[in-house]
Formats: sequence, structure tokens, C-alpha cells
Amino acid sequence: MSAASVLAIEIPYWGQSILRVVGGLAALLLIAGTVVYLYLFKAVSFMQSRLGPMEAGPYGSMQLLAEVGKWLQKEDLFPDNADKRIFKLAPIIVLVSTFLLYLTIPWGPDAFFLDPATFNTGIFFTLAVSSISVLGILMAGWSSANKYSLMGGLRAAGQLIAYELPMVLAVVGVVIQAGTLNLQGIVVAQNDGSIFGFEYLGNPFVLTQAIGFLIFVIAAQAELTQTPFDMPIAESELVAGYMTEYSGFRFLIFFIAEFASAGAFAGIASVLFLGGWGLPTAWGDWTSGNAMNVIGPVLLLTKILLLSFVIFWARFSFPRLREDQLQRFAWKILIPLALGNIAVTAILKVVF
Amino acid sequence: MGLGTGLVKGLGVTFKTMARTIVEGAQTVQYPHEKEAPPIRSRGVIALREENCTVCMLCARSCPDWCIYIEGHKQLAPPRRAGGKPRTVSALDRFDIDFALCMYCGICVEVCPFDALFWSPEYEYSEPRIADLLHDKDKLGEWMETVPAAPELDPGADKKGKK
Repeated sequence: MSAASVLAIEIPYWGQSILRVVGGLAALLLIAGTVVYLYLFKAVSFMQSRLGPMEAGPYGSMQLLAEVGKWLQKEDLFPDNADKRIFKLAPIIVLVSTFLLYLTIPWGPDAFFLDPATFNTGIFFTLAVSSISVLGILMAGWSSANKYSLMGGLRAAGQLIAYELPMVLAVVGVVIQAGTLNLQGIVVAQNDGSIFGFEYLGNPFVLTQAIGFLIFVIAAQAELTQTPFDMPIAESELVAGYMTEYSGFRFLIFFIAEFASAGAFAGIASVLFLGGWGLPTAWGDWTSGNAMNVIGPVLLLTKILLLSFVIFWARFSFPRLREDQLQRFAWKILIPLALGNIAVTAILKVVF
Repeated sequence: MGLGTGLVKGLGVTFKTMARTIVEGAQTVQYPHEKEAPPIRSRGVIALREENCTVCMLCARSCPDWCIYIEGHKQLAPPRRAGGKPRTVSALDRFDIDFALCMYCGICVEVCPFDALFWSPEYEYSEPRIADLLHDKDKLGEWMETVPAAPELDPGADKKGKK
């Protein structure tokens, strides 16, 4: 099933692939733009009792275009000692990792980029591609031939690996409860479910997996290197960490990837914990039909925006942790908590 | 629980500020479109009342940045009373303040014994060329229009002071 058969047009496989890539990129850019405008430009300004950009377009809504234009005009600089090929490749790898995250999110019963029917290891694949970005960041840090970049890259690698674990472990609880790795299956399981026979809410796993949700959101915050966990790009210590030597278009790619993956992680969290694109089955039969292909993406987008608001809200409220506090928090608090969560979930799953 | 309550309180502060900004508007002003009236004693720019200046050079000598340039000459003025000798007065040839150097300490205004220098709250005189920040005596004289009237003395204050 794909958009092609919904519209009753047969598109060859290569055509579908191109459509998917273009669609995925469009979703990535749209969500990154929305997140940057709504939260990075506006919400943070409001939280600091100022208005933010107001000149470009109504309420500064065209500011993004101005910023992109500015970045594109900048000189493409390389440090003399940089490993140029690796230096050029690094931001693209980070962006590809984010792009693959977008491909895995299901947006509706038939609205998806990768077919869930043949994609049974969905959440496993998602978590695997999300860690590709570590490679890009390490490459950026190493190839810049700059000690700040290198330290930023190493910090990022340590941090992303440390927080990858609690994230995966938090997801395991959801997977046990849903009984499937398939993202579409997880959405269906949440909206099909009931809480002690009360089925009008479905069973969004945020209720039963509250601890898992908390761990996932905290780990996502760290994976995105947003502020309480932004040691890799700590501007007062490391200039801009692994992005120090990047300018112009390549910096823009890092920038887009950062905010697009904020949207992507919010999307994955919505799919795993908040019921994704679905409505509870008790409200009507929504598993098929085209209505949900329109309502679903809107619902999921709303959840994505709400969750990314939480991410940025925390970002703008809290000061940065110290590097050792960060590692201690991951290894001594989050991981044991996640392991306990798995054990309890497994036991309850067997009991009920 | 100390950690948790602190975090929630922090989130509350930012959220409350955001809600207040959306409902009541921001604390800031959209500058080129609307301007805040600066307080009456703001140190914006220094204005010169040329006829009060006696070329005593106190301001130039007290300036920590040496940003005041004064040149003058003596000339004869008609006598005060008929039949008297002509008086010698000092005339101002040049009075420049280089606002690229000035650090707005106000010592020149304080030190002037003849009330020739005043603070004006006007602040919009940036220039694309740094040399244009050197204001000559005509330009400094123009700033006199923007000098606010001296505030009322506090009750009981010495009325014999500077007028």
C-alpha cells in the first residue's frame, strides 16, 4: 500500500522512491522551519519578555528565508589543516541520519514513507539510524583540525552513546506492551487498547509507561544536545564545539539537522507514547479509509509541535549541566530506572 | 525532591513570562518604530552654549580621553561704559568633541564654571564614518535645542547654586 494505490495510479518503483525522498525532505524542512520559527524565534523571545523577529513578513514569519539567504551568501571556509573530504561529508551524514528518522514515522493508515507491512523492525531501525549522527559529529570534530572541535566531537560522542542506552531501554517497555516492533503496530496497539475496560481513551502508553516516557524525553533532549545537555557545543567553553569551523551552507545543514531531529524525536515519542496519528477505536472505525490519511498527519503534527515545545521549553529554562554530572545522570539514574521499568513492564505483561 | 521542585519552578517562571508577554506585551520596545523617552538626565550627547564659553580650557584639561579640542583667541570688545577702555574677551575659534573617543563621563559638564556645556538625552547620532563623530561647535550648538529644562530644585535645596 502506498499513496500511489490510494490514488489508483500506478507509479513505477523508482518514481515512488523519488516521491518518498522528496516528500521526506519536504516534511523535514517544513517541520524544522516550523520548530525554528515557533520556538527558537518566538517562544524563547516571549520567555524573555521580548517579541523576537518582527520585521521580515507579518510577525517576522519570513525571517527564516532571510536567515537561509544570509547563510547561503557566506563564504565556504575550510581550515588549512582540515581533512577536506571528511569535513565536507560530516554535515551531510548528520542530515541523512535525520532524514532517515523522518522516513520511519507513520503519518496515517496509508500515509507513510516506508511501508509498515514490510517494515516490521520499525522502531529498531529508527533507533539505529538515529545513532548514525554520532558518526557525522565525530567526523566533523576530528576533521576540523581544531582542538575545540575535537573536544566538542568527543563530548558529543560520549554523550550520545550514554543517552542512546536509556532511550533504547525506555522504548523496550513500549515494545513489550505493544508486542510489536512495527511503528504502525504500536500506533494501532495504543488506540485499540483499553485501560481496565475503559476504552474511550484507547491506551496511550504515556499512561502506562509514564516512566519510560519521561526517560525517553530526557534522553531525546540529550540526543539533540539541547540546553541542559549541550556540553558538546558549550559556547562558553568550546566556542561552538564540533561546529566551530563550519560556516555558510555547511553550518546551515547542521542547523537544519539539529532542529529537524528535534521534530523527528518528538514525532517518534508521539508515535510510541501519545498514540501517534490514530484516534481511539472506540470513537469509530478509523483503521481504514482516506479520512484518517488527512486527519492523521494533522493529529501527529499537533503532537509533534506540543512535544517539541516541551523540548525547547526545557532548553530555554535550564542552565547547562557539567560534563561529569551529565554522564553520572545517564549511567547512574536513567539506565537503572529504565532497566527497572523493563522488568516491571515484563512482569505485569505476564501477569495480566 | 528538592531537585524536582526546583526544575518545575524554573519551567513555571519561563512559562509565566511567556504567557505574560503574549497577553500583555513585551517589556521591550520595537525601536525604530517606537522610541522610549530617555530619562531627563540621560547622557546622550553634550551640547555647547557658545556665548557662555570663555575658552578657559577646564573641560579640555579635565577630559580623561582628551576628546575635546579647543582653540580661541583674544579680541577687543567695546567698553561697557562710554569712555572706558575696550575690554579683552576670549573668542572661540574651535570647539570640537570627538564622540568616537568620548566615554560619557560628564566631567566636562560638571567642571564648566560658566554653564557652557549641557547633557542632552538625544542619542541618535551614529555615523557610517567614524570621523563624522567629531562634532564641531556649530553641531554642538544645535544640540542645545534638545537640552531639557533644568529640573525643579528639591524643597529646601540651596537656591544660590548653578542656574
